[in-house]
Amino acid sequence: MKTLILSKVVMRSAAYSIFFVCAVAAIGIATVSSAMAASGPVALDSVPQAKLSDKAAMQNGAKTFMSYCLGCHGVSAMRYSRLSDIGMNEEQIKALLPEGKKTGDYIRTSISRNDAKEWFGAAPPDLSLTARARSSHSGTGTDWVYTFLRTYVEDPSRPTGWNNKTYPGVGMPHVLWEMQKTKSPAEFDSAVGDLAAFLNYVAEPAQFTRKTFGIVVLAFLAVFFVIAWRLNKAYWKKIR
Amino acid sequence: MAAEKTVTTTGLLGWIDNRFPLTKMYKEHLSEYYAPKNFNLWYFFGSLAMVVLALQIITGIFLTMHYKPDASLNAAGIPVAFASVEYIMREVPFGWLIRYMHSTGASAFFVIVYLHMWRGMMYGSYRAPRELIWIFGCTIFLMLMAEAFFGYLLPWGQMSYWGAQVIVNLFAAVPLIGPDLAVWVRGDFVVGDATLNRFFAFHVIAIPLVLVGLVAAHIIALHEVGSNNPDGVEIKKNKNADGIPLDGIPFHPYYTVHDIVGIAGFLIVFCAVVFFAPELGGYFLEFNNFIPADPLVTPPHIAPVWYFTPFYSMLRAVTDLFTWVMVGAAALGALALLRSNWPMVIRAAGVAAIVVLAITFRVFDAKFWGVVIMGGAVIILFFLPWLDVSPVKSIRYRPTWQKVLYAVFVVNFFILGYLGVLPPSPIGQAYSLAGTVFYFGFFALMPLWTNKGQFKPVPDRVTFKPH
Repeated sequence: MKTLILSKVVMRSAAYSIFFVCAVAAIGIATVSSAMAASGPVALDSVPQAKLSDKAAMQNGAKTFMSYCLGCHGVSAMRYSRLSDIGMNEEQIKALLPEGKKTGDYIRTSISRNDAKEWFGAAPPDLSLTARARSSHSGTGTDWVYTFLRTYVEDPSRPTGWNNKTYPGVGMPHVLWEMQKTKSPAEFDSAVGDLAAFLNYVAEPAQFTRKTFGIVVLAFLAVFFVIAWRLNKAYWKKIR
Repeated sequence: MAAEKTVTTTGLLGWIDNRFPLTKMYKEHLSEYYAPKNFNLWYFFGSLAMVVLALQIITGIFLTMHYKPDASLNAAGIPVAFASVEYIMREVPFGWLIRYMHSTGASAFFVIVYLHMWRGMMYGSYRAPRELIWIFGCTIFLMLMAEAFFGYLLPWGQMSYWGAQVIVNLFAAVPLIGPDLAVWVRGDFVVGDATLNRFFAFHVIAIPLVLVGLVAAHIIALHEVGSNNPDGVEIKKNKNADGIPLDGIPFHPYYTVHDIVGIAGFLIVFCAVVFFAPELGGYFLEFNNFIPADPLVTPPHIAPVWYFTPFYSMLRAVTDLFTWVMVGAAALGALALLRSNWPMVIRAAGVAAIVVLAITFRVFDAKFWGVVIMGGAVIILFFLPWLDVSPVKSIRYRPTWQKVLYAVFVVNFFILGYLGVLPPSPIGQAYSLAGTVFYFGFFALMPLWTNKGQFKPVPDRVTFKPH
């Protein structure tokens, strides 16, 4: 009997002490991880949210993309014809097409991957999903694109003469430097925001229809839930 | 010659019943399957797991129609497999919906299965005569992990690729045959097209077949012995004149209408994720996996999807230091064996075996023991019916300190899961070690602690408040 009481006391104190250790560990981990999150590289600027659903902004971004980015980067998961999603008509899409391309073609860059590797040290990545892939706990991938394109600095030590505060040692030169020079800072930020909005759309073209459908589906399920709940109640009334 | 069958049904149903036990099965499994009337919220997860299994199979069939398990690069330099997923997302009508349902479904499956298993642990649903239900269930969990692991390679993103690389490399830690074993599993010296194709085969046919078979066995075993309930009371002990349990109600219609409410509630949460947050902050779809697999670029931090992270933490906890802990545990085991009343021969042989085992703890690579610990964390669940020696089934009638211990078990599992998401750190490492020891200690020492303390009296009948 004595051993039983003893083991009970031991077990109980063991249980409480383990619980205490867990609680302390949880607090410790939470502190460490929040400190780690805070000491990230560059704080990301948030892309102007209104642009993300503004078709005019996305169209403007598409035009900027075709003239400045497509030389090296494709968005190869998309066809030109899909630009109709952001409100462009066939004439407008055709006006954007590079030489010899059809509207049904995928938006691929014409640069050779091997040449690009030789020139920049790495083949420029396809940008179809950049606005999703660059997401992190510091911000969305779109925020990253918006910040990245606005944090170029001159750096003579780099082969291209440019470096980037968001992506130190980046192989890409500051392609938009001329635009940055000729436009006011506000105008430049707006143009980059449009480009980021375009890449945001391209990363998940279904994102707008998805949310519209979601509202309808959830509304239906809410009604269905109430009916199912009442039906269940009606049956279970008999159970005593 | 078998005796002539007599069936009471007529017409088409009678024709079928004479040839196939349709009415008999309907009665056995639905209209005359008597389930305890005191099921609570925890009892939704069994039927929900079936719903999600069906959802995964149906969405999976449609994904297979457009997905291509091909690691070669297309004209834009993107792997064909990766591009085919984006093709589904963009060009297949409602492909995005099917894909998000499947990717969210994978996480939902684990949420449900973890809750379902926890229900079993709380109410002692694994105790006699339900040991086989539990063993089938644990096998389902193991198969589900394999299914999720194989499926995660298919989108052929960076996390898919490097996650598979890390896990397959674990096989290389097996003593002697390890490196050859890893090549045999991959079908190549690195994860490549051969690996992708075999993982596809396992994901779409081999494992699903086994899963469906096990689910059938799980349910047949359940219906053979009858469901447990939150009180852990056997309802078959109190029957009326017709042999129907007094606390039992027909599964259909009472639990069918009940489960429909659960399904509706689940679908609301599920659809909220599918339509409004399919990435769920990078936990359901990892951000790095939107980058095509690149065998030449190792991501800075490789983390498995959330549902594997508690076990991943245990894997990472096993360093050189941990093997000393294992030697210590072996020594304690040997000591306990020496002091037992078993015949001298058995004691001597057992101690010798333990000593040899303890030597291998130090001789073989710690990485290998990490794999053993990770696997063992799942395997130990199979033995739960025999480890738990409590005089009561349900946690409701256990001593308070045991309830606290169960709570600590859950908190510990969550912390291990959280640490598995983070990059390794000294404090995380230290906790993982302690957490892993606790996890195994909780189960392995059950024969010592589950029957200790002041148990509350178990009622004869279930506790039930009419709705």
